[in-house]
Amino acid sequence: MKKNNVILQTTTKVTFFIISLFSIHIFFAGHFAPGGGFVGGLLTTGAIVLLLLAFDLETVQATLPFNFTIVIGVGLLLSLGTAAGSILFNVPFFTHAFAHFDLPLFGDTELHTAMIFDSGVYLVVVGAAITIIQSIGGDE
Amino acid sequence: MEFVWFIFLPALAALFIPTLFRRVTGIHTGWFVLIVPVVLFVYYSTYLPLTASGDHAVSSFDWIPSLGISFVSYLDGLSLLFTLLITGIGALVVLYSIFYLDRHKEKLGNFYVYLLLFMTAMLGVVQSDNVISLYLFWELTSISSFLLIGYWYTRDGSRFGALKSMMITVGGGLMMLGGFVILGILGDTYSIRELISGLSDYSGDPLFTLAAVLLLFGAFTKSAQFPFYIWLPDAMEAPTPVSAYLHSATMVKAGLYLVARFTPIFAESSVWIWLVSGIGLLTLMWGSFFAVKQTDLKGILAFSTVSQLGLIMSLLGAGAIAYHSDDTLFRLAMFAAIFHLVNHAVFKGSLFMIAGIVDHETGTRDIRKLGGLMSVMPISFTVAFIGGLSMAGIPPFGGFLSKELFLDSMVALKQFELFNFDTWGILFPVIAWIASVFTFVYSFYFVFKTFTGEKKFDKLPLKPHEAPIGMLISPIILAISVIALFFIPNIVGKWLVAPAVMAAQPQLYSLPSEAAVHVQAWHGFEYIPMWLTVGVIAIGALLFTSIKKWQPVYGMQPEKLSLNALYDGVMTLSEKGMNKLSRFYMNGLIRTYLLYMFAFFSIMTIVVLFAKGAFKLDMSSLSPITLFAVMNAIVAILGTGMVIMSKNRISAIIALGAVGYSVALFFVLFKAPDLALTQLVIETISVALFLLAFRHLPALKTHGETKQNKLVNEIIAIGVGLSVTLVALSAHSNKLVASISQYYKDTVYTEAGGGNIVNVILVDYRGFDTLFEIAVLSIAGIAVLGMIKLRLSRKGSDDEKE
Repeated sequence: MKKNNVILQTTTKVTFFIISLFSIHIFFAGHFAPGGGFVGGLLTTGAIVLLLLAFDLETVQATLPFNFTIVIGVGLLLSLGTAAGSILFNVPFFTHAFAHFDLPLFGDTELHTAMIFDSGVYLVVVGAAITIIQSIGGDE
Repeated sequence: MEFVWFIFLPALAALFIPTLFRRVTGIHTGWFVLIVPVVLFVYYSTYLPLTASGDHAVSSFDWIPSLGISFVSYLDGLSLLFTLLITGIGALVVLYSIFYLDRHKEKLGNFYVYLLLFMTAMLGVVQSDNVISLYLFWELTSISSFLLIGYWYTRDGSRFGALKSMMITVGGGLMMLGGFVILGILGDTYSIRELISGLSDYSGDPLFTLAAVLLLFGAFTKSAQFPFYIWLPDAMEAPTPVSAYLHSATMVKAGLYLVARFTPIFAESSVWIWLVSGIGLLTLMWGSFFAVKQTDLKGILAFSTVSQLGLIMSLLGAGAIAYHSDDTLFRLAMFAAIFHLVNHAVFKGSLFMIAGIVDHETGTRDIRKLGGLMSVMPISFTVAFIGGLSMAGIPPFGGFLSKELFLDSMVALKQFELFNFDTWGILFPVIAWIASVFTFVYSFYFVFKTFTGEKKFDKLPLKPHEAPIGMLISPIILAISVIALFFIPNIVGKWLVAPAVMAAQPQLYSLPSEAAVHVQAWHGFEYIPMWLTVGVIAIGALLFTSIKKWQPVYGMQPEKLSLNALYDGVMTLSEKGMNKLSRFYMNGLIRTYLLYMFAFFSIMTIVVLFAKGAFKLDMSSLSPITLFAVMNAIVAILGTGMVIMSKNRISAIIALGAVGYSVALFFVLFKAPDLALTQLVIETISVALFLLAFRHLPALKTHGETKQNKLVNEIIAIGVGLSVTLVALSAHSNKLVASISQYYKDTVYTEAGGGNIVNVILVDYRGFDTLFEIAVLSIAGIAVLGMIKLRLSRKGSDDEKE
């Protein structure tokens, strides 16, 4: 017998975006306020887990058609690439660079290569956590 | 050309042997091998005039100069004597083996490769002046001897004998290496000559005696001295040419060589003199007594070799006494030792070859089945007769002269007054005499039980007949040498023995002629050893004729009390006992291993903490405790208690979650927002995962825990908790340097362009760690995926195996 989870599913549809936005906020704010790639990634994972609870595995996979193992790989590559990129500029491995720019919409913004590194962390966390949950949950 | 390279000539020749054996099938491979020792013998003979004048020749090649290790070929009287024995008897043994080993049935390629390797090793041992390269060659003799004993590797006996000799000689060799290293450190050189000349600098060192004892372990194991002789009888499983060469003439004398070579260094030590002469005499007695028990021809010869080696060893010990006394009487011993060494090599080689011939022609070596072979094998009998009587010490054979010298020096020993020799010295001539009687008995037993008496040819596996002439050449040459040694002892003494004596006692003589003792067969009626010899012959003859009456005495010794049983026991113990021991503590339960680890951890921590006085309690820098912290701590403790006490899984997981959230609260209280955030989310996800995973598991139940091991668990858990707490407290109280956090505070914006120190540390200052942490996370994710998707042992479906 299938229960009608309409309330759960409807609230999930709303909350999912709120959590996602919050995780993106925490990720971007990480350099100056509490947060960063790791927590951001975990929160995104939390949002996806919520989807998994409200719907079933197939639905979520259809909605988010990513292969999360590839997400892990992309994340690692991004982090390692950022770290290794500094070699091209004849500075030691893992030297970051940053500068302030006056962007059209955001005003005075600091752009930092650490952010690229952190997005690698973010992707790895999301990819690894979802891989674990999907493979354990999908194992029947 | 540097003659140091001649040491490697046999090993180099060994490279071509397998090819020759496969390609040149028409000719026995041994003929090619024969060239090597003959050439070397002729070459080394040219050094005789040099050493006879008391001089020496040196040739060297640096191997590892930075460590002071080199191959040094140092030819003085002692080295040359041994070199000539090795190459001379080597040539005869190769000749003999050509007729002994069948070219179609045997793996001759292997045999001659091993034999040539052995020859190189032996030449290296006796010529090396550098102790490290000496050790290298020493172990090479052990290995090549191992290979030769196990030549017929399909037989159990061969493998057992090879392993036994390997274990014992390599064990001794390692001890010897220890001695060498100590000597090298004390004398600051590895060269034996420099060690001798710098002797006065270090001979008083307390380690000096230890070096002597360690070195003797090497010498005693190699030279089959008591109680290490047990490998030699078992090594008789080797082909007879090997027994004749290795286990009578050369390898077993390597220990004697070592003792003689190091006499100039260690003669100062009373421990050395007592050990060498005492163990030698004990071995002499033991070996000669038990030789009569043997029923195997080669067994008799093995025990006789043990006994004769003991004789030479005791003489070498007595030879060291000459350093402590000006009396020329004691100078006899070293001469006697070297002279008997030559004698023994010659007659024992011939006897082994005869034993091989008897085995080859009759099919058995069991003395109980043999008898009356004299009429069918007259030449073999003559050779055995000469060798046997020389071994017994009867004129007109070489053995008589060295036996007289031996008894003479043993009688002289009781006049030596240092080191308690005046009280115990009387034992030396007495034991020597009794051993000589038994030597006489087993020599006669060997010769006459085999060749005379009742003919029992019908019981023999083969119809006996005289050996082919080729097989007889070598023993005949050796037998002629035995007689020659009796008639020209002083020529041998001048050219071979005296230079060797001088080399073994360089501080005493400046010219070989001073070391020479005039050997003569007849000393007149006042000569004590002469009467001792008469006594030996009389009592020995009496014992030999009544041998049937008293031989059962040997049956009285129970097999369990022998040294072989001890060896077997030790081997069994080390194999089965260790197995049992490791099975006992490696019981396969993770619980047990964790117990070891935690117990060790907590005991070590607490002991070290208090033994080293590292524990310190400093309350001054503690922060004030807030009410929130106390409440939160109570929650955490309650949660932990619930985890331990809970009877079902779900409640344990929930309690664990509670602990996790209270930890997050602690992070909030202690102003770590990043940690609090991460901890909260991680806790949530891991609780979810636990619930997912544990849904499949059965209800919590005990895993065979008894009250007893629960108690052990509790004690160890308390111990670990206690030690961690103590360490944390004293670590807090022992802050030695200021924290580096100030640097981060100062530079977080200026250098790294950020405001959140935690995140900046994670991605910038120490991003390296983060890089590998996300790698760990990736590996974990992929590992979970792999474990779940790739279960090969899943019941009923093996499609994934394809």
